[in-house]
Amino acid sequence: MSPTILLAAGNPLASLAQSVDWVAIAPPTIAAAVALAVLVADLFVPATRKPLLGWVAIVGLVAAALSLLPLLDGGRRTFCLTGHPTVCSYVADPFALVIQFLVLAGALLTALLSVDTLKDHDLPAGEYWFLLLSSAAGAALLPASRDLATLVIALEVASLPAFALVGLRRGDRLSSEAALKFFLSSVAATAVMLLGVSFLYAATGSLHLSRVAHALTHLPDPRLATLAGAGVALSLVGFAFKTAAAPFHFWVPDTYVGAPLPIAAYLSVIGKAVGFSGLILITVEGFPSYADVWGPALAVLAALTMTVGNVAALRQDPHRAHSAVRLLAWSSVGQAGYLLVPVAAAGYVDNPGHAIGSTVAYALMYGVVNLGAFAIAALVARSRPANRITDYRGLYARRPLAALALGFFLLCLAGLPPGIIGLFAKVTVFSSAVDAGLAWLAVVMAVNVVIALYYYLQWTAVLFRGAEAAEGAVAPEGPEDAPRAAVPAALTTAIALAAVLGIVLSGAPQLVLRFASGALL
Amino acid sequence: MNPTALQYLLAAVVGLPLLGAVAALLPSPPGLRGRNPDQAVLRHGVTVTGVVLAAALALAVGFDRGHPARMQATTDLSWIPALRIHLHLGVDGISLPLLVLTALLTFLCALYSYFAMPTGPSPKAFVALLLTLEAGTLATFAVLDLMLFFLAFEMVLIPMYFLIARWGGAGKQAAAWKFILYTLLGSVVMLLGLLLIGVKSGTFDMVALATDNGPKAQLSHTVQLLAVLAIGIGLAVKSPMWPLHSWLPDAHTAAPTVGSVLLAGVLLKMGTYGFVRIALPITPEGMHTFAPYLAAFAAIGIIYGSLACLALVRKGAAGDLKRLIAYSSVGHMGFVLLGIATMTPTGVNGALFANIAHGLITGLLFFMVGALKDRTGSTDLDALAGTTGAALYGRAPRFGGLLAFGAVASLGIPGLAGFWGEMLAMFGAFRPAAGLSRPAFLTFMVLAGLGTLLTAGYLLLVVRRVCMGGHLTAEAAPGEEPLAVEGPAVALPDLARHEYAAWSPLAALTVLAGLWPAALLGLTNPAVQQLLGGGN
Repeated sequence: MSPTILLAAGNPLASLAQSVDWVAIAPPTIAAAVALAVLVADLFVPATRKPLLGWVAIVGLVAAALSLLPLLDGGRRTFCLTGHPTVCSYVADPFALVIQFLVLAGALLTALLSVDTLKDHDLPAGEYWFLLLSSAAGAALLPASRDLATLVIALEVASLPAFALVGLRRGDRLSSEAALKFFLSSVAATAVMLLGVSFLYAATGSLHLSRVAHALTHLPDPRLATLAGAGVALSLVGFAFKTAAAPFHFWVPDTYVGAPLPIAAYLSVIGKAVGFSGLILITVEGFPSYADVWGPALAVLAALTMTVGNVAALRQDPHRAHSAVRLLAWSSVGQAGYLLVPVAAAGYVDNPGHAIGSTVAYALMYGVVNLGAFAIAALVARSRPANRITDYRGLYARRPLAALALGFFLLCLAGLPPGIIGLFAKVTVFSSAVDAGLAWLAVVMAVNVVIALYYYLQWTAVLFRGAEAAEGAVAPEGPEDAPRAAVPAALTTAIALAAVLGIVLSGAPQLVLRFASGALL
Repeated sequence: MNPTALQYLLAAVVGLPLLGAVAALLPSPPGLRGRNPDQAVLRHGVTVTGVVLAAALALAVGFDRGHPARMQATTDLSWIPALRIHLHLGVDGISLPLLVLTALLTFLCALYSYFAMPTGPSPKAFVALLLTLEAGTLATFAVLDLMLFFLAFEMVLIPMYFLIARWGGAGKQAAAWKFILYTLLGSVVMLLGLLLIGVKSGTFDMVALATDNGPKAQLSHTVQLLAVLAIGIGLAVKSPMWPLHSWLPDAHTAAPTVGSVLLAGVLLKMGTYGFVRIALPITPEGMHTFAPYLAAFAAIGIIYGSLACLALVRKGAAGDLKRLIAYSSVGHMGFVLLGIATMTPTGVNGALFANIAHGLITGLLFFMVGALKDRTGSTDLDALAGTTGAALYGRAPRFGGLLAFGAVASLGIPGLAGFWGEMLAMFGAFRPAAGLSRPAFLTFMVLAGLGTLLTAGYLLLVVRRVCMGGHLTAEAAPGEEPLAVEGPAVALPDLARHEYAAWSPLAALTVLAGLWPAALLGLTNPAVQQLLGGGN
C-alpha cells in the first residue's frame, strides 16, 4: 500500500486510477469467481458428473476462507478516495475479517449439508451452487464495505440469489410461495433503505461512512437535519428487516419451511450475519452522533424481537408438519433479539467497539450451533420428511450420537450447561446490557431465556424419550423395520464439524469471547 | 499435607465426577463388564462417587484446621480473560463441611441405587446424570469466581430435570418443569446481580471482592441494593424461601428417592451457601437493608412449613409422607435463612450448622420414605396408617425405630444434630447485628420458637401414625411377606443390608454432630468471623 500512496501523492496522473489491493479483497472475490466458474462448468459437465460441481464449490469456499489468513496482520484497506487514503470503500479490519470468516465457514457448512439435499430432491446443481456462492460472496463483501453504495450492493448481492434459492424446489407450492413472500417483503425493505441512503447522500454529500458520520455532526445547512434524520431512520429499517427483527419478521417461518433445508440454515445464520454487520456498520460507523436515537430504538426492537420470537416458538404444535424447522425459524427470531442487545447497548456507552464484540461473539456461537441443529434436522428429514418435533422421539435409541449432538446444540442455544459456550455467550450479551445501564432490557432478556429454555428443553427431552408410546400413533414404518440408512459422508462431516467446534468452544470459550473484550471497529 | 497435593485433591474432587459421567456413557472396557451392562454401570457409579468421597475425606484430613478462615487448596488459573473469569478453586471452613456432605450423600445414593435402582430407563443415563449433578454441586461449593459459581449453579439443573422427569413417580413431568423453570428464572436474575457486581467492581473474584480488594472502589450503596435484590431472588428460589418455595413440594414428591435425597440434602444448600459466601461479605450494606425482610420471610416460612405439615398429617387429609418432609424442609431452611439474616457470627454459624444437619437428617428421612414406598407401595399417610396406624414398630422394628429416630432428630431434640443449628439461629435473632431492628428480630425469634413447637407436633404425629398402631396379627411371620402388601397389619421386610450401609453413616453423623457440635463450629466460626468482619 505505502508505495501506491507515495506514487499517488507524487504523480498527478497516477492519482486518477485507484490502486486495488487484490489480497485484501480476495475472500469475496474468490467466492464470486468460483461461482462463475461453476455456472460455466455446469454447461459442459455431463449430468452424471454434476456432484463434482458441489465439491468444486466446497473447495472454493475453503480457499476463500483460507485467503483470510494473510490479512490477519490487519488494517488493510483499498478502493480509497484519491488524495484521502483514510477514506476507503473496502476495509479488512478485524471486524470485517471475523464476519467474513463466519460467513464463509457458515456457507461451507451449508454447502456440506446441500450435497445430499441436491441429490435427494433433484435440484438443479449448477444453478444451486452458483446462487449459493454468489450470495456468500455478497455476504463476505458486506462487512468490509465502508460506503453506503457498496453496502447496498453487497446486501443485494447477498439477498437476490437467496430469493432464487428459496424458490428452487420446482413444482413445490410452498417453495414458490415462500420465495415470493421473501422477495416482496425484502424488496420493500430495500426500497425503503435506498430512499434512506439517498436522503443521507443529499444531506451530507457523501456516501463514505466516515464522512457521513462527520457531516452529520455539523451539517452544511441546519435545515437538512430533518432530511438526515429521516435518512437515518429509513436505512435502519432496511437493515432491521434483513435481521428479521420484529415487526419485520413475518416472512421468516414460511420462508424457512418452504426453502430447501440447507437454505433455511443458510438464511438463519448468514442472512442474519449480513443484516447485523450492516446494522452495526451504519449505526456505529455511520451515525454515531444519532446514538441517542438508534440506541433506544434498537433496544425496544431487541426486546420486541426476542419476545415475539420466543413466544411464537413456545406456541408451536409439535405434531404439525415441519414443526422442527418452524421452531428453529422462530427461535432464530428470538436469537436475533439477543444479538440486537449489544448493538443497542453500543448506543449508550463511550466505547461501542466493546459492545459490538459481544454481538460478534454471540453470532459466532449461534452460527456454529444453529447450523449444527439444522444439520441434524436434515439428517432426520431423510427418513421422516414431515420433520415434526414428534419425529425426533426416541432419536437416542436410533442414532445415539446424532441425538446427543442435537441435545448439545439445543442446550447451547438455550444457554445451559453442558452448552457452556452458549451460556457464556449469553453472559457477554447480558454483561453489555448491564454495562450500558439497560437494566430493563436485561430483565426482559432474562425472562426470554427462561421461555426459550422451555421449548429447547422440551425438544431435548423428546430425543431421549422412549419410542414405544409413539409407535401406535405415528411412524407407519417403525425404526426397527426400516433398515438403518447409512448417513452420507458430507452430512456427517457437517454435523461432526459443528459438534467438535461447539465442544472445543465450550472448553475454551476464550476463542470467540475474546472478540467481546477487544475493540473490533 | 503438602499444599500442591491438596490442590490436586480439590481439583480431582470437582473434576472426577465429570470424567466419570462421560465414562458412564461409553461401553465398559473388558474386565469391568460385570454380570450385565446395567450392573457394570451402576458399579461404576459407586466406584467413582466412592473415590470422590475418599478424595474429599483426604482433603478434610489434610485441611489445616488451625486456620479454617484461610482459603486452602487454592488453584487460580485464567480461563476466559475476555470475561475476566478465572478457574479459582479453594475451600475454607465454610465450604469444606458442605463439600464432604455432598460427596457422602452422593456416594450413599449411588450405593443405594446399586441395590435398589429406581424404575425407569437405562441405568447408564442415570449414573451419568447423578455424576454430573455431583460435579455441579461440588463445584458450587469449591469455586471462588462469581461466573463459575453461576455456571456450577446452572449445571445441576439439567441432570435434576431428567432425574425427576425420567425416573420419578406420579406427576413427574409437571414437577420437573416447575423445578427447572422456577430455578432457572431465579438464577438468570441472579446472573444479572452477579454481572452488576462484576461490572461495577471490575472483578468476579469472590475472595478479592470479600476483602474489598477489587481494582475499582468499593461498591456503592445503590449497586449493593440492586445486586442483593437480584442475587437474593435467585438464591431464595433455590433455598427455598417462602413464598418462592412452591416448586419444592412437587419436585420432591415426584422425584425418585435418590433425587429427593440429593435435592434436599445438597441442592437446597447451594442457595444458603450463596447467601453466606456472596451476599454477606460482598454486599454487606445491601444485605443489611434487606436482612429484616429476609428474616420475616424466613419466619413465615418456618410457620408456614409446619402448618402445611400439620395439615398433611391430619387423619383423612390423604397427605403424602414425601410431601410432608418436603414442606418440613421449607421450615428447616427457614431457620437457616433466619440465622443468615441476623448477620451475627452466632446466627450464621447456626445457619451453617443447620445446613449440614438438615442435609443429614432429611437425607435419611427421604431415603426411608422412599424405601417405605418400595415396601408398601404408597406414601399416602391415610393408606399407610389405616384406621389405627401403620405400626412399623411391630411390622419392621428396626425400620420403624430408625424412622422415629429421623423424625425426632428432625424436630430438633437436644443431643442430635437438628438442635444446635436451630438454637443458634434463634440465639442470633435474639441479639441481631448492630443497626438491625431488635424488636422485629425478637418477633421473628418468637415465631421461630413457635415453629419448633409445631414441628415437634407434626413429627410426633407422624411417628404416632406411621410407627405406632394397631395389633400385629399373630400368624404373619416377619420377613416372609413379599413387597407391596395391603393393609397395615402385615409384617414388612426389615432393614436390608444395603440399607444399613446407606443409612447408618447418616444416623451416626447425626448423633456425632449432636453430641460434638464443636467439631463443626470450630471449622465454620473463624471463617464466619472473617466474612462478617469485612475479610480481615
